[in-house]
Amino acid sequence: MTTLGVFLAVVRRDLLVALRRKSEVLTSLFFFVIVVSLFPLGIGPEMDLLRKIAPGVLWVAALLATMLSLNRLFANDHADGTLEQMALAPVPLGLLVAGKIFAHWLVAGLPLVLIAPVLGVQFDLGSRPLGVLMLSLLLGTPLLSLIGAIGAALTLGVRGGGVLVSLLTLPLFIPALIFGAGAVEADISGMGAAGHLSLLGGLLALAAFFAPWATTGALRIALE
Amino acid sequence: MSTITWKYASPQHFYPLAGKMIPWFLALTLVFGAVGLWLGLFVAPTDAQQGQGYRIIFVHVAASWMSMFLYVVMAFWAGVGLGFNTRLSSMMASAIAPTGAMFAFLSLWTGALWGKPMWGTWWVWDARLTSELILFFLYLGFIALQAAIDDTRRADKAGAIIALVGVVNVPIIYFSVMWWNTLHQGASVSLTKGSSMAHTMLLGMLLMALCFWMYSIVMTLLRVRAIMLERERHTEWVARLQEVQS
Repeated sequence: MTTLGVFLAVVRRDLLVALRRKSEVLTSLFFFVIVVSLFPLGIGPEMDLLRKIAPGVLWVAALLATMLSLNRLFANDHADGTLEQMALAPVPLGLLVAGKIFAHWLVAGLPLVLIAPVLGVQFDLGSRPLGVLMLSLLLGTPLLSLIGAIGAALTLGVRGGGVLVSLLTLPLFIPALIFGAGAVEADISGMGAAGHLSLLGGLLALAAFFAPWATTGALRIALE
Repeated sequence: MSTITWKYASPQHFYPLAGKMIPWFLALTLVFGAVGLWLGLFVAPTDAQQGQGYRIIFVHVAASWMSMFLYVVMAFWAGVGLGFNTRLSSMMASAIAPTGAMFAFLSLWTGALWGKPMWGTWWVWDARLTSELILFFLYLGFIALQAAIDDTRRADKAGAIIALVGVVNVPIIYFSVMWWNTLHQGASVSLTKGSSMAHTMLLGMLLMALCFWMYSIVMTLLRVRAIMLERERHTEWVARLQEVQS
């Protein structure tokens, strides 16, 4: 099998598994929708204020939704022994891990990107900021999946892993939050979002290179 | 040189050495602390704008420095432990973490105490305060991860990975927070304003930093000795120790 073939095989398998357990996927998506919808209820319906906080609210909700879906990434495969088979397979584990992370983004990250404009409209965002919001989430959610995978691998099979993964990954998500929400705010204030989006893209490239590697190391420790 | 280094890389030989080093570093802590506090609280002139309240700087700045420095040292030892599989290095990393977290917390706490009279508020979302807060979170993550894993070998290695990921992230977080802040409100409150400070103030701060440094060494050695005893309790050298037999 070629490198790309292995990668695609893992992606296909993980998508298939996710498709068989639709409720898990939908749960984190609805979590995102509900958290975002709670903010106007807590803060009040003044549109000026809502427009101002919209990027931050959507981004924080995306962070939390991604974090909640992280335990799905490796836990089931760890429990039924699939992960050990993967570690023993005659292909680099890093490649398989990269495939799993990509599948995780397709299942957990991409739906957030697609539904974000609907939620943004609730906060009275204009069409241009909505486009920037989608673009920032499109660059940012893979970054969250990549960084989160390290935390998910480290807490594999650890007691209290669910809470622990939030403590480990949320501080590391902060740059993505700052540049992601900042891009939308910069666009609204007329400064242009190009700088923020470039930085977000740079962080994504950096994480795409290092995170699968660190995740593989963490998985090998967990499997010892 | 190298034989000595490797000899003391084993807990069996490092344990008594650490025991001998502790009183010396404790003495240095007390001397630096006494002179530093005396300079800071009695000798240093009262600040023209900030009055007496600024004197908390002597604790605050030194604590911030140590919290950042200790994270790098901790990550270094954790990385050495991961790379070379040396038990003592990982124990050092675990021993440093609580002291580092304590200094990060102390820095935040004294910062709040300083901010109230100076800026009229306990907290501002200044870039430095925010990144110090995140550093505190990173310490907590490291400690919590190690505490959650029962197998010490796995705890060491997992902790090393999160410490190294943290070290890569700290500069990214720092600069992103700085940029975030300047985008929001411009440079409002800068802690570097006091660069024209009197020499006695600078000397006092340096002495306090040295005091905290020595204190960190004392606490780390004390803690690493306890960790060594705990992890090696089944070995013969621990059983032969006088304090264990009595």
